[in-house]
Amino acid sequence: MGEQNKSFMNWIDKRFPVTENLERHLTKHPVPKKVNFFYIFGALLMVIFMVQVITGIWLMMFYTNTEEGAFASVEYIMRDVEYGWLMRYMHSTGASAFFFLMYFHMFRGLLYGSYQKPKELVWLFGCFLLFLLMAEGFLGYVLPWGQMSYWAANVILSLFGAIPVIGPDLQVWIQGDYVLSGATLSRFFALHVVVVPLLMIALVVFHIFALHEVGAGNPEGVDIEKHRDENGMPLDGAPFHPYKTFSALPAIGIFFVIFFAIVFFAPEGGGYFLEKPNFEEADFLKTPEHIAPVWYYAPFYSILRAITFGIPFLGITSKFLGFIIFAASIAILFVVPWLDRSKVQSIRYKGIYSKIGMILFAASFITLGYLGTKPVNELRTLIAQISTLFYFLPLLLMPIYTKYEKTLEVPDRL
Amino acid sequence: MSKKVDQNRRKALHITSGIVGAVTVAGFAVPFLSAWNPSEKAKALGASVEFDLSKLEVGAMAVLEWRRTPIFVVHQTSKALENLPKLDSKVTNPAIEEGITRSENSKYTVLKGVCTHLSCAPKYYPEIEPKAWDQEWLGGFFCPCHGSKFDLAGRVYKGVPAPTNLEVPPHSFDGDVLIVGDSA
Repeated sequence: MGEQNKSFMNWIDKRFPVTENLERHLTKHPVPKKVNFFYIFGALLMVIFMVQVITGIWLMMFYTNTEEGAFASVEYIMRDVEYGWLMRYMHSTGASAFFFLMYFHMFRGLLYGSYQKPKELVWLFGCFLLFLLMAEGFLGYVLPWGQMSYWAANVILSLFGAIPVIGPDLQVWIQGDYVLSGATLSRFFALHVVVVPLLMIALVVFHIFALHEVGAGNPEGVDIEKHRDENGMPLDGAPFHPYKTFSALPAIGIFFVIFFAIVFFAPEGGGYFLEKPNFEEADFLKTPEHIAPVWYYAPFYSILRAITFGIPFLGITSKFLGFIIFAASIAILFVVPWLDRSKVQSIRYKGIYSKIGMILFAASFITLGYLGTKPVNELRTLIAQISTLFYFLPLLLMPIYTKYEKTLEVPDRL
Repeated sequence: MSKKVDQNRRKALHITSGIVGAVTVAGFAVPFLSAWNPSEKAKALGASVEFDLSKLEVGAMAVLEWRRTPIFVVHQTSKALENLPKLDSKVTNPAIEEGITRSENSKYTVLKGVCTHLSCAPKYYPEIEPKAWDQEWLGGFFCPCHGSKFDLAGRVYKGVPAPTNLEVPPHSFDGDVLIVGDSA
């Protein structure tokens, strides 16, 4: 090859800087040599995003976005379209996988301080991505127009209706009708397939550009930029390609084995991935016995339901206060970079309070998730209220305990 | 070409073009945001419903449809109006402030025909006679799905699955004509 190839690349590079960008982001981009299993979720998220985009495009070729046709078109995809069932189950299982990976990816960030200076924007773009993913999942769940699609959407849209003064009009505006109807379905379709995915792609690009500017972290919280060899390459770093790309391949393989095991053998996930009432077409006059969210919204839904009291003298109903606390439970994640005042990044070198805080946070998130899928009773409501408290406390008290707790000395090298 | 740049002029141009740009964007946002409002078709389907009450005999009930919801209109008998206050102690929320009929009229009751438990359709049993579900039945609504009981004004009995009274839709009376929905 040699000369001819080189001069061809030269011609291209003068017009479009391919080589420069490949080196900058892949072949010469240094990443920490030693990381653990928690650092694979970013790569897997890219993979699942692509799965969702591709299966989504194919589903769109057969789906009908009208009140009359939606449910039947999903049945048509499942029964008559060749491999339609595979596309749909990959897409629905993909949604669950997306959230699963996202939650671990973000928990990694919390554990190893992946939001600390100068990574604030990496974290912030990531939080926006979580928000968009939640919106995307909600919009997509309405599209099959089953009973749970309809009634779960009703519950969520009525939250907007609970906003004082503007609420009822806002709800009608979002729905495009006085009741949740075909008008709502078709706009949700447009948002689900165009608007939100475009925003997500943009934010993924921002997320990665910001990350490549500040450099990836590691479980030790060691700054690899401090020690460099004579070529300027960090001594504790390795080029992203081929080292990280190839080491991600086995993980991607294992992920797909698990993913397809679910797609082929348990696509409904025991009613947690695809809920039973959704196999029945939406009926305006018949509410399902028990309206439960899909598992990935359950922790937040639980927080929403845990608020059984309002602030009467301010005219705030329990429903609206629930909405506020529910929104706050996501919003608080955005400000974590400014809540953590610790000198060290990683949980490994932080003090005992940080460790207890993370355990409480994770435990309440899981408890809330469990409760969110169950019908309410008094005991469950009480546990949900306590869990909500312990979801917020570790984050709200962060500025205090991270500042005063004793931390360990971070090593110089990885 | 070494003419001095007039910074003030440049600043004024920046501000003006900024304002013009913002107004343009805001202006063009109007049609796009308005498109999300209920269409004329949705408005027509969601418009208020009129009903001629003179056709409704005493003690009878009519079912209208408004915004995909069945609306029950009951022409109360004088016996029923006498009996309703007696039930105040048997219902969860007597809603006395709403008046005996819970409507703006002293003879007619207007209710959403949707059980507040799980949205089944309650059935109308106006007779004053012992029923399987209540030996002292004074007339009212009984939900066949899960046994919720409501009196003739749609107030929910104590100890049944439904948590709240049957909802009263927005309505008004114009002589003999009942208008369900906003009069606008």
